[in-house]
Amino acid sequence: MHFSETFSRMLLYTAAIVSLACVMAVFAFLVYFAWPVLAGGEWKDLLSLNWRPFQGHYGILPMILGSMYLTVLAMLVACPLAAGVCLFCSGLGPGPAAGAVKALVRFMSGIPTVVYGFVAAFTLVPFLRSHFSGSTGYCLLAAGLILGFLILPTIVLIGLSALERVDQELSLTCSALGLSRVQSLIHVIFPAAWPGLLAAVLLGFARAVGDTLIALMLAGNAPQLPGSLFDSIRTLTAHIALVVATDSQSQAYRSVFAAGCLLFFIAAAVNITVFRVQQKFGGLSRDG
Amino acid sequence: MFRRIFFVFLCLCTAVFSLQPVWAGSSDLSAFDGLSGRLTIAGGTAHIPVMKQAARQIMEHNPDIAITVAGGGSGVGVQKVGAGLVDIGNTGRALSEKERDKFGLKSYAFAVDGVGLAVHPDNPVNNLSKDQVKGIFAGEIGSWKQVGGADRQINLYTRDEASGTRSVFWKKALDKGPVAVEANVIQSNGAMKVAISRDPDAIGYLSIGHMDDSVSGVAIDGVSPTRENAKEGSYPVVRKLYMNTKGEPGKLARTFIDYLQGPRGAHIVSENGFIPAGQ
Repeated sequence: MHFSETFSRMLLYTAAIVSLACVMAVFAFLVYFAWPVLAGGEWKDLLSLNWRPFQGHYGILPMILGSMYLTVLAMLVACPLAAGVCLFCSGLGPGPAAGAVKALVRFMSGIPTVVYGFVAAFTLVPFLRSHFSGSTGYCLLAAGLILGFLILPTIVLIGLSALERVDQELSLTCSALGLSRVQSLIHVIFPAAWPGLLAAVLLGFARAVGDTLIALMLAGNAPQLPGSLFDSIRTLTAHIALVVATDSQSQAYRSVFAAGCLLFFIAAAVNITVFRVQQKFGGLSRDG
Repeated sequence: MFRRIFFVFLCLCTAVFSLQPVWAGSSDLSAFDGLSGRLTIAGGTAHIPVMKQAARQIMEHNPDIAITVAGGGSGVGVQKVGAGLVDIGNTGRALSEKERDKFGLKSYAFAVDGVGLAVHPDNPVNNLSKDQVKGIFAGEIGSWKQVGGADRQINLYTRDEASGTRSVFWKKALDKGPVAVEANVIQSNGAMKVAISRDPDAIGYLSIGHMDDSVSGVAIDGVSPTRENAKEGSYPVVRKLYMNTKGEPGKLARTFIDYLQGPRGAHIVSENGFIPAGQ
């Protein structure tokens, strides 16, 4: 008995240490390779708007902005939809329909990203091209819409579980106060579940920043500042995917590590925020 | 009866094996007899059809050999073979001095390929001057009307920074001239064909071996991007396709390279729209 407890504890510690060590190793690796760029004063060149590797310009600012625009657009698509779906599934909609929608969202979360990208490349892209002059169809809007759909299940499923947790504690109280289901959802449960909902949104955000394939397949990958929703853009992730295959001795190649570092920091920042929010407010709703 | 057939078969096998040293240099499929193991190939996307066909023939002939073919682009080919992750790394360009020195790579050319300009089949433009091509890719010529087409915007498609196809097109068709930043960047020859075939206003460039009826080739200064023109030398935008190994290739890799450089390989190369390197 005692032995098995020690054993399982050791197993868990090992698992934790291995995963932590992996993350630290990735970070160390990124910093090690990005260091010549950061220390050598090349970072000034990296923070320019000009990516013309064959003319000696290695600015990744367009990609940083491209990632930002695309992520914000995807969030603008996904958040209102997710809020609606969450409310619908947790009481606003009729039971069977709510169940069906929930099942559909679960199913959506299992669809491989490449399928979204592929279908959109053959439907949405030609549609945008023929209906908006001046656009090739491969653009910020196409990638933003699809990326919004891609992160929707993440936000909805995490948000729903947060709502359900709060709902279990408060629904009796709400009924006792004479609130209807709709009233209690909108005025009590939704506001009380905000830390969980924020975590859902942040994790959706992290998924959107980190996604590579949608941007690579639909955004056009032109390293420029987008002037409109119909312009071709390149994200940091797509940039890494496109440039990682170049001559590894070139300066263009080194920009990949700077981009990797940035993405790592964004992911770390989001996760730390989620953790802090959960730590600070997560317990509050449980205590009532 | 069965036993007799088996005996004859055994005799034949023995005969084949004993003859093998004589045939070893002939680059026939029989060179793979008695070999076994895995051969991994990655890199240039233009190479893929040829590699796949050769791999299929070899694996059908000798099921003890497993050959995997992956893409990734010329840059990936160099890095993977350099790091020892694959046996053969394909490139659609000659290696840079640095790459060769750093990894100790050896190159084997097996085919010549042209890189041709292509537009949507509905586009009436089928000939451009070199200056027009440069103007279009630099973003100075923005409408098909300026080069004799419809009054529509030109949608530019280019390849990624690691592409050997881009490298040769940029050097030999654009004379290292600028490519507009608005151009969409596509990451393989196959994806380029799909992009052009689905966009009526597109212009892009791809390996001649990949061109088919879904896109329409555009002549530069009157010379069409066809296999015949590339072969006789009148079409200037050509490059060699290479297989690269780290140091001396192993037995299986060596046999594979010999096979592709030999007569059977040349046949596969031609069937896929490329020109065998020897010719």
